[in-house]
Amino acid sequence: MARSTFVYVTYIRTTQQQLWSALTEDAEFMKQYWFGIHCESQWTSGSAWRMVSGEGQVLDDGEIVESVPPRLLTIRWQHQKRPELKAEGASLCTIELEPISTSIKLTITHTMERESSQLIEAVSGGWPKIISNLKSLLEAGSVALAEAYPATVGAGS
Amino acid sequence: MTERPDTDVLFKALADPSRRKLMDVLHANDGRTLNELCEHLDMSRQGVTQHLNVLEAANLVAIVWRGREKLHFLNPVPLQEIYERWIAKFERSRVKALHGLKQRLEAGETIDTPKRRKS
Repeated sequence: MARSTFVYVTYIRTTQQQLWSALTEDAEFMKQYWFGIHCESQWTSGSAWRMVSGEGQVLDDGEIVESVPPRLLTIRWQHQKRPELKAEGASLCTIELEPISTSIKLTITHTMERESSQLIEAVSGGWPKIISNLKSLLEAGSVALAEAYPATVGAGS
Repeated sequence: MTERPDTDVLFKALADPSRRKLMDVLHANDGRTLNELCEHLDMSRQGVTQHLNVLEAANLVAIVWRGREKLHFLNPVPLQEIYERWIAKFERSRVKALHGLKQRLEAGETIDTPKRRKS
């Protein structure tokens, strides 16, 4: 199978609409759980999409493939900052929000159509932190990690 | 911080060598079918299925259907939560404690009972 895929699942005690808003329109909220990063888009199928760092640098650039608020979002994007990751081309990220009992099941599937993708490897450490922060922020009102790589932990990562 | 009941489910799921082996197999080769996973374990198909069900209930394994194929993926999110809840904060206070000790020793202080740290 010539593809690299990672799947991330979490259950968040919130509403589909709140979670959708946290993942899309609410850029200030996004910065709180995404270590200062936010995404810009009209969030409709076919519209442009980009991920911007706290310093205003475009990290990833792409488009919304499919947008079905508040339950499905598919984004195709290409990394822009590191040349070796940009060279891999576009990856496909699908975000699903599904109500289960009193929670929303959030599933993020990130795929690159090549084996041993460096991009997929590079983001694999980041997604769990972002998702875990998002869950804490929505459920408890504060993030678990303020920095992606705190100085006293995970040195050299 | 109150403990959530799913924390118990998670630690129970991890407290079994076969289930940890399954996670290692998925870590090396993610997105496997039941048949592919059975090849790596000296165990009946039913046994592997039961272990996968426990891992799935603990959200350590996520299922993706591709046509009629059921693919199992390792879900690292609960492990991240264990790290944040049970490792990171202890690691940080130990680093701080060592740093404080070093400063006091280098300043020529004698060490008797440690001062209570603000948490």
